[in-house]
Amino acid sequence: MTDIQHLPPAAGVPAPTTSPRKGDIAVAGQWTLFWLKFKKHRLALVSLFVVLFLYLVAAFADFIAPLDPNATNATFTYAPPTPIGLFIDGSFAPHVEGLSMTLNQDSMRREFAVDPENPVRIGLFVPSQPYRLLGFIPMQTKLFGALEPGPRSAVYLFGADRLGRDIFSRVVHGAKISLSIGLVGVFLSLVLGVVIGGISGFFGGTVDLVIQRFIEFLRSIPTIPLWMGLAAAIPVGWPPIQTYFVITLIVSLIGWTSLAREVRGKFLSLRNEDFVVAARLDGMSEIGIILKHLVPSFMSHIIATLTLAIPTMILAETALSFLGIGLQPPIISWGVLLQEAQNIRAVSQAPWLLFTPAAAIVIAVLSLNFLGDGLRDAADPYESHS
Amino acid sequence: MILFILKRLLFVIPTLFAVSIVAFAIIQLPPGDYLTTLMADWASQGGAVEAGTVAAMRERYGLDQPIYVQYYKWMAGILTRGDFGISFELGQPVTNLIWNRLGFSFLLAFLTLCFVWALAIPIGILSAVRQYSITDYSATFMAFFFLAVPDFVLALVAMYVWSTYFGQSVGGLFSAQYIDAPWSWGKFLDFVNHVWLPVFVIGIGSLAALVRIMRANLLDELSKPYVTTARAKGMSEFELLIRYPVRLALNPLISTLGWILPAVISGEIIVSVVMSLPTTGPLLLRALLAQDMYLAGTLILLISVLTVIGTLISDILLAIADPRIRYQ
Repeated sequence: MTDIQHLPPAAGVPAPTTSPRKGDIAVAGQWTLFWLKFKKHRLALVSLFVVLFLYLVAAFADFIAPLDPNATNATFTYAPPTPIGLFIDGSFAPHVEGLSMTLNQDSMRREFAVDPENPVRIGLFVPSQPYRLLGFIPMQTKLFGALEPGPRSAVYLFGADRLGRDIFSRVVHGAKISLSIGLVGVFLSLVLGVVIGGISGFFGGTVDLVIQRFIEFLRSIPTIPLWMGLAAAIPVGWPPIQTYFVITLIVSLIGWTSLAREVRGKFLSLRNEDFVVAARLDGMSEIGIILKHLVPSFMSHIIATLTLAIPTMILAETALSFLGIGLQPPIISWGVLLQEAQNIRAVSQAPWLLFTPAAAIVIAVLSLNFLGDGLRDAADPYESHS
Repeated sequence: MILFILKRLLFVIPTLFAVSIVAFAIIQLPPGDYLTTLMADWASQGGAVEAGTVAAMRERYGLDQPIYVQYYKWMAGILTRGDFGISFELGQPVTNLIWNRLGFSFLLAFLTLCFVWALAIPIGILSAVRQYSITDYSATFMAFFFLAVPDFVLALVAMYVWSTYFGQSVGGLFSAQYIDAPWSWGKFLDFVNHVWLPVFVIGIGSLAALVRIMRANLLDELSKPYVTTARAKGMSEFELLIRYPVRLALNPLISTLGWILPAVISGEIIVSVVMSLPTTGPLLLRALLAQDMYLAGTLILLISVLTVIGTLISDILLAIADPRIRYQ
């Protein structure tokens, strides 16, 4: 990144209306160039906001979810989703349609019908049971909910499951676990990948050969059976938090390999660059060179690779929890929610059991993938992909 | 060429050894062993267990010996007698239980690979030749979408759609009347009728990835001067495309076999659990949940070994197709 003056003037210059003057590009820092290039990737920019939105929802899940995700309600077993209406008789009154339940004597199933006589009025910032936001801020307000809470006036935006628990609240709470597993797992992969990949790339020779063979070995065995074997070893009686961390560890067991390869490749290609040789001739220590010159110069690549690793981890956790050997029911994750959808009879009666968590997963994975793609393109500010 | 194959074969041996260690380590991981589980079961049913019985069983299965002795016994049995141990839960030698299911697993994986390749190449070519057309955009959109949908969710959606809109149950590889029947034309047709949906569900993710790779490779080739030269000389577009750029773009695609195969096997296992196919997936899950260690370990071992061998074959195929690999 030291040879900015060799930059051909056309490369990396964005459309003139939104860009700084041409002269600034020549002296722009690495991160400015990164941002300029990233901004041009529309889909990635939109995805960035979607991802930020999802993580905000996860962080403030307690505030956003209208109901306690574990609260059961026998009246509303398999209640269907109720859309929000804004007007009653021409006047502004946000509400969801009320539901009337009848028991079908033939199939012995509850059948719900929209009851236009009894709309449930909803409002913003309604009072609720006291809870602690982010674990420490005492709160008594929810983002939205029924204005007159009662056993008959439940707000099920995305329907209810077999115990009458609110799917919307459960998906929102599931985001906490599912999205954070991606982040924690990626952090573990980062540590493993940078250390091992760095050793491999910096020392080269036999060390490199052994580590590369080991990585190839790890990548050549199918992941699901390996994960299943490891996850099944977790004792059932363990506390949820411990299970959570072990599952994260298992999931990042494979993730670090691609990162290690990336780091190694960068080390190998940068090792003999002029600025590294110059630093070495100046008598700088090897550790100093790594930390001061090498790491900053491929930081943007690492961020891109990390972003692309998050969705794989989310998918892995989902798969394991779905099989019943990952996270277990008192914990709520998107995979645990999908466990409920395993029974195809239940799904044909209540398709929202399957489609709501599935949509959450697809949106999260898609936006993280697009974001990662955009970051990867932006990490090479002097090359034009496309 | 022979030197290359020998070198690769030599490299496979330590890999297989490592795979066996991993498989064995996995079955040793859970605290306690199958007998502890069994005793807990008995105790919960109110039956008292005599200490002598347990000790006798422990000795019979070699569970009282140090770990490396157990590993040695297990491997020695496999290598010399083809004896993979015994399934505690089902009370049968593991060998009786697995081969049929392994066969179906790898048949399914093979069919999926064929499906993925047969579609990825033409779609990728079309997408690259008609870049930024409606075809290209829809292929790209589908690719990104299917990369984001977990395969087991897709399996669930397929089953939901079938049972709701067509009133048919999906699952298994055969209809009830053919399950134990000997192979016949009718059974084969029944198999084809059942197998295409799992193949589609397992393969669509890899298909999406391969279409992207094929498209990118071909786009790189299409902008090269030799294409312009051939065009200037009056070669027909189709012949030009098939004869040079497509062949060159295929080589990197062959090298993806190394990771497509493990991915397909992984997908096959989880989709089989959802769709209850008679493959290794459901058996492995059940064995793991019951701590039936020899059965679980053998399945993990054989799945990994066969995947390593499949990757080896794909490497050799690649070396045949691309001389540059041989001489590296």
